[in-house]
Amino acid sequence: MSKENDILEEITSSDYKYGFTTDIETDVAPAGLNEDTVRFISAKKKEPLWMLEWRLEAFKIWKEMTTPNWQNVHFPEINYQDIIYYAAPKQKKTVNSLDEIDPELRKTFEKLGISLDEQKRLTGVAVDAVIDSVSIATTFKSKLAELGIIFCSMSEAIEHHPELIRKYLGSVVPVRDNYFTALNSAVFSDGSFCFIPKGVRCPMELSTYFRINTANTGQFERTLIVCEDNSYVSYLEGCTAPMRDENQLHAAVVELVAMDNAHIKYSTVQNWYPGDKEGKGGIYNFVTKRGICLGKKSKISWTQVETGSAITWKYPSVILKGDDSIGEFYSVAVTNNYQQADTGTKMIHIGKNTRSRIVSKGISAGKSQNSYRGLVQVMKRADNARNFSQCDSLLLGNKCGAHTFPYLEVENPNAQVEHEATTSKIGEDQIFYCNQRGISTEDAVALIVNGYAKEVLNQLPMEFAVEAQKLLAISLEGSVG
Amino acid sequence: MGLLKIENLTASIGDKEILKGINLTVNPGEVHAIMGPNGSGKSTLASVLAGREDYEVTGGSVTFQDVDLLELSPEDRAREGVFLAFQYPVEIPGVTTINFLKTAVNEVRKYRGEEPLDAVSFLKMMKEKSKLVEIDQALLSRSLNEGFSGGEKKRNEIFQMAMLEPKLAILDETDSGLDIDALRIVANGVNKLKTPNNATIVVTHYQRLLDYIVPDFVHVLWNGRIVKSGTKELALELEEKGYDWVKAETALA
Ligand SMILES: Nc1ncnc2c1ncn2[C@@H]1O[C@H](COP(=O)(O)OP(=O)(O)OP(=O)(O)O)[C@@H](O)[C@H]1O
Ligand SMILES: [Mg+2]
Repeated sequence: MSKENDILEEITSSDYKYGFTTDIETDVAPAGLNEDTVRFISAKKKEPLWMLEWRLEAFKIWKEMTTPNWQNVHFPEINYQDIIYYAAPKQKKTVNSLDEIDPELRKTFEKLGISLDEQKRLTGVAVDAVIDSVSIATTFKSKLAELGIIFCSMSEAIEHHPELIRKYLGSVVPVRDNYFTALNSAVFSDGSFCFIPKGVRCPMELSTYFRINTANTGQFERTLIVCEDNSYVSYLEGCTAPMRDENQLHAAVVELVAMDNAHIKYSTVQNWYPGDKEGKGGIYNFVTKRGICLGKKSKISWTQVETGSAITWKYPSVILKGDDSIGEFYSVAVTNNYQQADTGTKMIHIGKNTRSRIVSKGISAGKSQNSYRGLVQVMKRADNARNFSQCDSLLLGNKCGAHTFPYLEVENPNAQVEHEATTSKIGEDQIFYCNQRGISTEDAVALIVNGYAKEVLNQLPMEFAVEAQKLLAISLEGSVG
Repeated sequence: MGLLKIENLTASIGDKEILKGINLTVNPGEVHAIMGPNGSGKSTLASVLAGREDYEVTGGSVTFQDVDLLELSPEDRAREGVFLAFQYPVEIPGVTTINFLKTAVNEVRKYRGEEPLDAVSFLKMMKEKSKLVEIDQALLSRSLNEGFSGGEKKRNEIFQMAMLEPKLAILDETDSGLDIDALRIVANGVNKLKTPNNATIVVTHYQRLLDYIVPDFVHVLWNGRIVKSGTKELALELEEKGYDWVKAETALA
């Protein structure tokens, strides 16, 4: 028994491979948060007055709110006056072509395996690269524009597409939704905007890559995706941060809007710095993600692979308003060492014949805590609503915890709601069996974990599925001799 | 010379000594049968050879092809060519037999300094070997051993042996749980895999298996020791008379 735990403990004490910092001149706001900070950010971004007013209103709301405490995670109180709310790498004001990007930044992204050169992206993935508070480059922009697709940073969208932003920003996640959405609304610095017009199927994956570089900085990005009737987009989000001893806050808001027959597929591979083996440092990842299936037969799928962050607190949700609409949530959440994750989804069935599917795979190792928290809500007029939920937990060792909190609120008598849950452990027997066939313990754990998470990984676009598989292995690997 | 040489091997679990001085030499091309009452230490011997860490080796030595087997990790023993067909094969949900074996075969190849097999050659090899043990292809794309019947699990063990082409195969009661046809098929598979360079140790309770896999030597393991060795006639004698006379002989000696 103890031997088994030794093996698993060794194998699960991992090293973070993205922990370097980029040495680059940065434009930073002084730490602290007050009305002036909000004005500073808005001015830096040369925003119109309506945007500033929106932010100031959000700031007022935030001041009156308190930190939520219902989730199953524990952390010391955050001092919001210690955080820097704006940091931007200094580079030429406007980058007209990708060649003008600071070579240091280019190198940073290359080190992360993200090429900002269009010709190198053989697979056709358009990338918006965000470092600290600002977007530094968006690739393939003009090619997408030919189809009427808008894919740009949030700052540019505010400048060039104010009518769309005013219409949709905060329409799915209201400012006062929760403490962190109010905070984000006041101080968000950048993020991606994506608009797919009627009848267009976006021909490539759109992707935003987020990186926190500057110390003591919070990252508050905002993503908004709008898909008009009969359109489709697959969107990917990736993130990393340097290793630092102090905790850093990441409080993002993502909003998705799908009209009639539109389909949005949103995938996340989250690999923020999780802190060291003793639980020091790491990102607090407090994110609000919500999509609305506004139109008939629309569909929103969330897929997430969560391996990083000291604390993860997020529930990508779908409001199924349009009749016959579909919401999906596929999740793998890995926690190791002292990481804590409280994640899950909300499926709100409003329209008739709406369907939702939840597949959650938790993997806990070390001394970590991993909770699934999900709500399936069926409103009165949602006739024939259907939900299927599968929540599995896999434990490595016996010092970690897995918890499941499924909530159900059904107001329509002909709704069909199914919930299945399992908990399993990687046994010493399984590892020895693999060893006996020539497979090392490390590879055996990777094999078993990937097998366990297969149903979710299969939802990711090919290239990212491979990345995610490696990431799972890395998050759980250690120095087995 | 000897492929496997076990000398005075003792091993215990906790405070309990289970192997109390095993001596056994296996040469290339030979088939050895190990028989013995329940709890006598047969599976323990197999586990110790495979490198299971629950057991502590307290004395003696094991040489395999001139290397000290006890110094190697379990995976390196496997890569050197030691294969154990488990008495109770484990289930690994989510990992297909195909994927599992692809990893295993390529690990062994890497150890030998060979290139990994590409998908086409691997599938070809799988097809050939699956014919050898007449295992259903559909079974191989299911999760490893998950929901397999007892007999299917055993057959899968032999299929894996065929794929990994070990130098020394230890079959721990592979015959138990097999129906008569399956027994013949599995035994045939083992016989076909036999070469002058490899060797097999079969652990069994039934002389019936030895009609199919004809052993060169039969050993009786009792109370942690090999107390009697002979040829296949010994198995017949045991079948007829049971173990008491061997125990009595040992007690006298
Ligand atoms: N983990 C363990 N803890 C305690 N005792 C053990 C353990 N494993 C094996 N033993 C004991 O060691 C002895 C030998 O067991 P082993 O499984 O090797 O017997 P066997 O000869 O293979 O028997 P069978 O014919 O029933 O398969 C038994 O008394 C068994 O109870
Ligand atoms: Mg046994």
